[in-house]
Amino acid sequence: MNIVVCVKQIPDPADPGALDPETKTLKRDVKLILDESDSYGVEMALQLAGDEGTVSLVSMAPNSEVGGLRTALAMGAESAVLVSDDALKGSDALTTAKVLAAAIAKSSPDLVIAATESSDGYTGTVPEQIAALMDLPSVTFAKEIALDGGTAKVKRQTESGYDSVECPLPCLVSVTAGVVEPRYPSFKGIMAAKAKPVEEVTVADLGLDAGSVGWAGAGQEIVSIEDAPAREAGEVIEDEGDAHERIVAFLDELKVL
Amino acid sequence: MDFSPNPDHEAIVEAVDAVCGRFDDSYWSTCDQNHEFPWEFYRRMADGGWVGIAIAAEYGGGGQGIAEAALVLNRVAASGAAMNGSTALHLTMFGLNPVVKFGNDQLKEAFLPRAATGELHVAFGVTEPDAGTDTSRIATRATEDGNGGWVINGRKIWTSKALESEVCLLLARTDGEPGSFDGLTLFLVDLDPQHCDIAAIPKVGRNAVASCEVAYDDLPVEGWRMVGDRGQGFRHILHGLNPERILLAAMACGIGEAALRRATTYATEREVFDRPIGANQAISHPLARAHMELHAAATMWRLAAWRYDNDMECGEHANTAKYLAAEASYFAADQAVQTHGGLGYATEYHVERYWREARLQRIAPVSQEMTLNYIAQRVLGLPRSY
Repeated sequence: MNIVVCVKQIPDPADPGALDPETKTLKRDVKLILDESDSYGVEMALQLAGDEGTVSLVSMAPNSEVGGLRTALAMGAESAVLVSDDALKGSDALTTAKVLAAAIAKSSPDLVIAATESSDGYTGTVPEQIAALMDLPSVTFAKEIALDGGTAKVKRQTESGYDSVECPLPCLVSVTAGVVEPRYPSFKGIMAAKAKPVEEVTVADLGLDAGSVGWAGAGQEIVSIEDAPAREAGEVIEDEGDAHERIVAFLDELKVL
Repeated sequence: MDFSPNPDHEAIVEAVDAVCGRFDDSYWSTCDQNHEFPWEFYRRMADGGWVGIAIAAEYGGGGQGIAEAALVLNRVAASGAAMNGSTALHLTMFGLNPVVKFGNDQLKEAFLPRAATGELHVAFGVTEPDAGTDTSRIATRATEDGNGGWVINGRKIWTSKALESEVCLLLARTDGEPGSFDGLTLFLVDLDPQHCDIAAIPKVGRNAVASCEVAYDDLPVEGWRMVGDRGQGFRHILHGLNPERILLAAMACGIGEAALRRATTYATEREVFDRPIGANQAISHPLARAHMELHAAATMWRLAAWRYDNDMECGEHANTAKYLAAEASYFAADQAVQTHGGLGYATEYHVERYWREARLQRIAPVSQEMTLNYIAQRVLGLPRSY
């Protein structure tokens, strides 16, 4: 079983991020870490691969950044492919998917795992775009994956419960956060990760035209950025004997009950 | 001079912070209040290989030095686990140092692999009711049993983790009389309940890890459990004192960091007279001072650790680090309580727990006064005062 996990390396959410007013995109010249939402995919892949399968990583990041990849390698993944190229600056979601698809295709995996969305961009479109570009079937919002011969059996999270779906391999599955408990890198895992191979490739290495990626290839344009509105004051409910009913009604309106 | 970032250390910090992040202040507060050893935390740290990080790779450990061990314990303490978390680990992490340095092969093979996995809990029995700072007064006696083994009788106090530990590194008198450093011998003994009466000593803080009084009553010890040479026990223990001080300094700084983090958060959020209390210099200046003092102490324990790991003399540096860290940590914790006002005295805000635990470093493993004596006598060359 050859599993590839798409992992994104993002600015640490614990540090306040900043937008570049010129490019209107998130500044990425800081230390990048493994997107927590991808740690679930890495854990799922490691569990599915067991002792006999292999788990490798694919990532696209500026400045040859490998900090987040090392974390995933320390968890137990065997190798990684990093696409890093100045030409990729300004890439939109579809371009990112093209680049990742080209990198994934190098290893002809049985299964590709991705998070449903990244914790910085939140477009939530890249996994399905990769699947379409690679002509793979895809299953979204997986909360559980089991492999049975040449089939992936997936429990797919829905608003009211879950769907049980089956999908022939190879395929792409995007997993939701919280599906599994990601292991913490052990000390020996961290040390072992230093020696694991990270192949850095450029756009040209993937056979892509530099003019079709980055700002040049972007099919979307960010026309303006604005600060998020300040959080409004919450509703204070004074108990006049019916507070519980009003709280239930409030929560019901939010559709959280 | 090279202060460039160390990627290995950054990875250690990130990974240990992640594990500690699962165990919040409430967890530690509960362990402290219930006098419960933090087993779940300990197991997580052991499973991650953090407890065995400084044990040689040939015995299954991580093969790292004191700098890395200190870093792990610093992050544990800084998470809010304070002394309850860090001292749950540190005796297994470094308590067996005399065995590593002076122990016979049988001892190393029997115990080091199990310490590396964190399975073996180790206690340290030196101090006695009548022998504290003056170790020469030790009276616990090991007598030969006639078959190559020993029988131990006596009483020790402040044996941390004795309730949880399988073995204890014990300093006992094999020769001579109390008052002499010669004649003390080190043993790695089993804390056999048939021959050891263990009682926790009620104390002000760090209550998740008990400190105990242990009475040894005809405890049989096989000959191969002697660590190093007969009569050289005190000298063998001296080897472990500097690394112990370095670890304690790192832990103390961690408590200070935790206290300062809570204090600055509270000073930013708490508004009195329509503005955050942190806008008042009477609040902000002591916190700034605490930050600087902690930073200075941290630089010193890192220097001391680096010197130890590079086989350089580090007595002055280790003692200085411990002294500065104990003062900085206590000041930070005390100021955190002060910043919180009345709420600082309430358990809910956790700074009182840091304060109680930070107080310990000014007494143990060596008092601040004895540290000053060491610097005055050994570094400045002044006459011995005691």
